[in-house]
Order: sequence, then C-alpha cells, then structure tokens
Amino acid sequence: MLSQWGFVLILSAIAVIIPVAAIVLGHFLGPRRPDPVKNETYESGVETIGDTWVQFRAQYYLIGLIFLIFDVEVIFLFPIAVAYQNLSFFSVIAAVTFVVILILGLFLEWRKGALEWS
Amino acid sequence: MNWSDALIQLQYNLGAPQELSWLVEGITYFIGAFVIANAALVLALLLIWITRKVVSRIQDRIGPNRLGPYGLFQTVADAMKLLSKEDIKPTSADTPSYLIAPVLSVMGVLMALAVIPFGAGLIGADLNVGVLYLVALGSIGIMAALMAGWGSNNKYALLAGFRVVAQLLSYEIPMVLAMFAPVLLVGTMRMQELSQAQSLYLGPINLGLGWFIFLLPGAFLIYFIAALAESEQTPFDLLEAESELIAGFHIEYSGMKFAMFFLAQFLNSFFLGAIAVALFLGGWQGPFAGQVPLLGPIYFLAKTFFIYVVIQWIKGTFPRVRIDQMMQFAWKVLVPLVLALILAQMIIMKLPLPGWINSLLVLVANIAVVLAVLNIMGNYFKREQVRSKRAFAPKSLIGTMQPVNSSAGD
Repeated sequence: MLSQWGFVLILSAIAVIIPVAAIVLGHFLGPRRPDPVKNETYESGVETIGDTWVQFRAQYYLIGLIFLIFDVEVIFLFPIAVAYQNLSFFSVIAAVTFVVILILGLFLEWRKGALEWS
Repeated sequence: MNWSDALIQLQYNLGAPQELSWLVEGITYFIGAFVIANAALVLALLLIWITRKVVSRIQDRIGPNRLGPYGLFQTVADAMKLLSKEDIKPTSADTPSYLIAPVLSVMGVLMALAVIPFGAGLIGADLNVGVLYLVALGSIGIMAALMAGWGSNNKYALLAGFRVVAQLLSYEIPMVLAMFAPVLLVGTMRMQELSQAQSLYLGPINLGLGWFIFLLPGAFLIYFIAALAESEQTPFDLLEAESELIAGFHIEYSGMKFAMFFLAQFLNSFFLGAIAVALFLGGWQGPFAGQVPLLGPIYFLAKTFFIYVVIQWIKGTFPRVRIDQMMQFAWKVLVPLVLALILAQMIIMKLPLPGWINSLLVLVANIAVVLAVLNIMGNYFKREQVRSKRAFAPKSLIGTMQPVNSSAGD
C-alpha cells in the first residue's frame, strides 16, 4: 500500500520537473531583448489605468461558500458509498437523511437567492 | 500480472541483490512514472493535431496537411517555435504566483495518470482512494488558473481568473456526485476494481459489455456535461472567451509558459474522457479482452479517443453560453438532479427486492434524469431560437423603424 503512494510521489516529482525543465529550456533558447514598452501590462495597446487587483463581486464569494459546503459533504459521502452494501438498517436511514438534508439545504439556498447570477 | 511486479522480477533476474528491495522498487516506479509522463507529452501533440483536423473538417477546411503525413508534424513544429520564443515577464506581475502557475497546471493534470487503468495490470498505482484522488487533483487546476489570473496583474486575466473560480467550482459538484453513482454501485474507490466490475459473463466467457452507461445513463450524461465545463471546452469556455477576454487567464504568458497551459488543457480533456471510460464505458473491458490481454489497452485508448473526438465535435458546433446561464444550469439543473439520482439509487439498492428489479428501478431513475436534462436543454435552445428569430426578423425591424406620426402629437 505504501509503495503505491511512493509511485504517486515519484510521479508528482516528474510532473513538476517536466514543466520546469521545458520553461527553463525555453528561457535559455529564446532571444532576450527586454524593453520597457514590451514588458508593460497588455491592455489592447493603451496604457493601463488604475489598479488591477480590485474588489470582486460578492457573488463569487457566495459560490465559493456553497461549493465548500458541498465539497465537504462529498468527502463524507464517498466512505459511505464504499461501505454501503454492508451497512445496517439504521446506518442506511442516517445516510439517506444526510442526503435529504443536503437537498433541503440546496433548496433553501435557491429560495434565498444565493444561486441567482444577476 | 501487474507491470511493476513484472519489472521488479526482471531486475532480480538480472542479478539485483534481494536486500536492496527499496532501491529496486524505486527504480521500477521511476521508470514507470517517467515513461507514462513522457508518453502523455507525445500524446498531447497528437491530441492537438486531432482537434485541428476535426474542427477544420467541421468548418469545411482541410487543416494542417504540409508537415509529414496528414500534417502530423505540424504540432511538433509549433512546439519548436514556442520553444524559441522570447520569455517575457511583465514588470508589474506578481512574480511567485506568475511563475508557479504554469508548472502547477501541468502538474495537476499529469498526476491524474497515476490512477488511470489502461489495461488489466496497467495502472500506475491502484490506490484504495482512487476516485477521491482524482477529485483532489481537480482543485490543483483551479488554483493554477486563479494564480495565473491574479499573478499576471492584467485586467482581462483577472476577470478570467474570477470566472475560473465560479465555473470550475460550480461544475465540480455535479461531476463528483456523478462519479459517486458507480462507486456506490460497486462499493470501492479503486479504479481497477471499478473496471473489473463492468464485465458481463455469458456462461464462462467474459463479453466485457456490462458497462455502467447501460445502467447509469443519467450519471454518465451529467458527468459528461460537467467534464466539458471542467476541461474548459466550448459550450463552457467563458474563461478564455477570445472575443471578450482575448485569451483569458494566460494573456500575459508567452513561449514555453503559454505552451504549458495549452498542454494542460488538452491533456485535461483527454484524461476526463479517460475517467469517463474507466467509470462508465467499461474501462479496458471488451469482447475477448480477458483472453487476449493486449486488447485491453487498445479498447481503452479507442474508447477514450472516441470521447475526445465527440468533445471536439461539440467544440466545432456549439455556441458559447452566457455566464448566468452557465451558473444556473449547474446549480439549478445538474446539482438537484444528480442529488435526487443518488438518493434514489441509495434507497433502491436497499429495497428487499430481487436484484434484477433493483437494477431496473435504477435504470428507470437514470432514464428519467436523462429525459429531464435533455428536455431542459431543448427548451432552452428553442427559447433562444425564438428570441434570435424575433431579433432578426425583417417584419419586426420594419415595425420599429416606422416614422413617428407627427400629427398625432398635438
């Protein structure tokens, strides 16, 4: 079991080395003629006005929160799925109740307008 | 026979000492990871060529046909060109996140290779949390796109970065919940066991046609739509809408750094197709795959390339959706339907009925979901058609351009 994670570790090292090597190679193979105008931020040919790192819409924050709720729920659901065939009656009731609560939560968000994108 | 066992055995046969077993295993895994990662890079060149050929045929063009047979080496030439481009970094960029983003995007995609079952013994590491591992990797891609959008210090890139968060997060939920359906059915998260479970025995012979798509078409459809959005393909390619955001989060990237994003995107759509094949289309299963082991990888790659071509077909024919439509489709259509689907499946699986009636009920629930999704999509397209016809109908133009009657005013 542990040796399988060893494979994942080696693969992740290679998966980092490949893009780094390609970028470094490109850095040294390409020409280097820096120019203050060339290194400016691109904005359709005009100089940029104002700050880029602005405040973002609250809608993105809401979506992020809802995603977090559902993603945590998925982490709870997958172990249930693996053990589901051997679960006792009451555990099944608990698992089904868990999903029902989630569906109710989704409808609450819907009613509250958290899913609207206006 | 597992590939790693075979390779370890080969090293011992060649005279590797038994007490250095950790080194032998390390060498084995290094060879496996190195070969598979580099094969993926070559594969990416082929994928870009397929995309160009398919899309150009749809658009009544020939596509690349000069370099090599059927223009196969066009992408190699493009890679060489990108390699010799100047490495430009904008002075106002946020250096660490600007530089890490392309590396992270490739890493998140390449690491999915570890759990893709190419054949009976051909899986990098058959992790007992295989499906969860894939879910976890999905968020690395989101991080990379967000870091690129933020780090470039460019307004278009930042807008695209916001859209990445909204889109990829929203479609991750239906995708993961659709992957939940086969896991619930088999009771394992190992990719190899999920592929194994999709066999169909006719007496002693394995036909290999017990694919989950025949039992769970609803889950497959939802997975496929969400995978299109996750791989940033055309109906959902808002984050790099050429006409609005120019190129999206990678505007400020040039040369090899840009090539890394490009590579990651093409490989991502291929791997999401490969996961769809492993979970729903029988993996390496097929007629006589049990008798002739060589057929397994061939079946797997054939199915995956088929899914990939379908994705490119959609890319060539569908218009882009608006962001509010896209978000509403994820949260108000796909998520409720897939939640209802897994709830129904959980209840049906525990009903005290004969097995085949349970399977039939699951199939009925899935067909209901397929019909619901297709109905909602059909209604949407009909509505848009009526709207665009109204907007462009000459009669309504005449109606709006009539001169104002001046005598009626006084």
